[in-house]
Amino acid sequence: MVALPIPAAPGDRAARARLAFGLLWLGLGLIAALSLGTGASGVSVTGLAATWLGGGTASARDLTVLLDIRLPRLAMGAMVGAALAVSGALMQGLFRNPLADPGLVGVGAGAGLGAVAAIVLGGLLPAGLAAAAGPHLVPVAAVLGGWGATLLLHRVAARQGRTSVATMLLAGIALGALAGAATGILIYLADDRQLRDLTFWGMGSLGGASWPKLAVAAPLILPVLALSPLLARGLNGFALGEAAALHTGIDVERIKRLTILSVAASTGAAVAVAGGIGFIGIVVPHLLRLATGPDHRFLLPNAALLGALLLVGADIVARFVVAPAELPIGIVTAVFGAPVFLVILLRSRGILDL
Amino acid sequence: MLEASRVTVRLGARPVLRDADLRARPGTVTAIIGPNGSGKTTLLRALTGEIACEGRIALNGIDVATARPARLAAIRAVLPQATPLAFPFLAAEVVRLGLRSGLSAGDHALVDEALSAVGLHGAAARPYQDLSGGERQRVQLARVLAQVWHATGPDGPRWLFLDEPVAGLDIAHQLMVMDLARAYADAGGGVVAVMHDLNLTAMFADRVALLAGGRVLGTGAPGAIIADRPLSEAYGCTLRANVPPARSAYVLPQACGPAPRGRTRPRSGDALGPPPADGPHEPL
Repeated sequence: MVALPIPAAPGDRAARARLAFGLLWLGLGLIAALSLGTGASGVSVTGLAATWLGGGTASARDLTVLLDIRLPRLAMGAMVGAALAVSGALMQGLFRNPLADPGLVGVGAGAGLGAVAAIVLGGLLPAGLAAAAGPHLVPVAAVLGGWGATLLLHRVAARQGRTSVATMLLAGIALGALAGAATGILIYLADDRQLRDLTFWGMGSLGGASWPKLAVAAPLILPVLALSPLLARGLNGFALGEAAALHTGIDVERIKRLTILSVAASTGAAVAVAGGIGFIGIVVPHLLRLATGPDHRFLLPNAALLGALLLVGADIVARFVVAPAELPIGIVTAVFGAPVFLVILLRSRGILDL
Repeated sequence: MLEASRVTVRLGARPVLRDADLRARPGTVTAIIGPNGSGKTTLLRALTGEIACEGRIALNGIDVATARPARLAAIRAVLPQATPLAFPFLAAEVVRLGLRSGLSAGDHALVDEALSAVGLHGAAARPYQDLSGGERQRVQLARVLAQVWHATGPDGPRWLFLDEPVAGLDIAHQLMVMDLARAYADAGGGVVAVMHDLNLTAMFADRVALLAGGRVLGTGAPGAIIADRPLSEAYGCTLRANVPPARSAYVLPQACGPAPRGRTRPRSGDALGPPPADGPHEPL
């Protein structure tokens, strides 16, 4: 038995948060193994390993299934899940509001608009520029779309460092509708080839995961994951309000700009490669705050791990429920996430009526 | 030394504070009083660098308008009127936010000391949301104290800026909070407090600035400002200082016994929350 470490002092949840960090790595490892070992083809990791250890050679087909289909899918699921959870936590810290989720308040829709605009209007770019952008055009456009949406939302919803939940959600609905309408117009403008691209992009699952796609999203997501802990102290200060954050020595405007940029980069990249996936950004930080407290120094890294774990898990569910077909993963996350959202809304009205 | 000269703050085109001068020495408690809307809080927000203003404000010789936030945070802490928290922090975690932003960041024992100082010994593991309004206010005071725990440092005196620190507190805790402010000043720090309670102001302040209509009507010793003419003029109603009422009962803080001392054991019913969820319950 592992003895649970007793906290250093009452009211100090740091030890618990560190323990959670370790357990989450363990859980992620287990679910990754499960994800690698299951799939429509029936290839099993243990079978491959046994073949290897027995001195035989694995079939090329089995290796391809494992290395070029399941492994990139696993990596993509983990990366997108981590990106969504961390951008949710960042956004909630910025808005001082546990219900801010990039997918719900229009940031995802803005990123989607950017991606669709890149696909449909990309042909209008000067040839040299288009060639230089290459496969990065769609994700970069998604990031720009998400950035614009976040800036606009913050401008509309935050007054004197406070965000009213009602204003934020309503502004998010309006932003989402606006971005959706613009996206619709672009789809009508699209020609047949672009429509094919749009359909594949819009499927919004991890099914299209490939190493090239990962290579496009990773440069946007990984730096955010790695550097987000640098924002932790600032966001902790924000929890007291912007004025109090300033008085505790935090450069408020700088933290705001960096947080908005980080949310846009990770949400945009996630949307560009995996489509819109909701609720991970709400459920993960909420569960972690309940378990280990709202200190962002622990919340952000743990959110990355739990987000990765949950999305890889949801992907396994999505592959199994209607096998051999696949559910869009957004449906799975919504089935589990939407009730959690409602519970937060009902239980914490006192906190939310700011 | 806090030196503010000709401070003017405009909201839109309308000046809410005009040509305010204020000087506060370390080792003293300076109270800012005045009716609602007279510009007290606006002056405090200008003094702490929270809002932009015309005029010049220097704290320990540092220009408040241009100083980096971290530089100011090392020498002064600010208690706002109310601090709603968006996330489920524990009392100790709130205090730790203050501790980590000051120069005593490594001294973890200060969390409990600060909570004890405000009479919340043993409340470390209680969720902030479960505390009463008065307890929350005192947790925030503990956070602010932890940020500038030592009243003086190698770089000079430290400062407490308190916006209505006793609002919503019962009389015993009002006295306790004012005692803390007094002790901070006696230890060499500076205290600037916006006050509504004129009796406590008269009792604890060394200097009083009286505001009305966005102007400083006068600054001086409590005896000179807490007097019939200045008060009546500022508050717009006839006020008489040092005159006991003929009939109705009254309680003056000046006549109270010693305030409940923060560091001693809390009285029953005060700050005794449920035991911490984990770990043995520490006997109080």
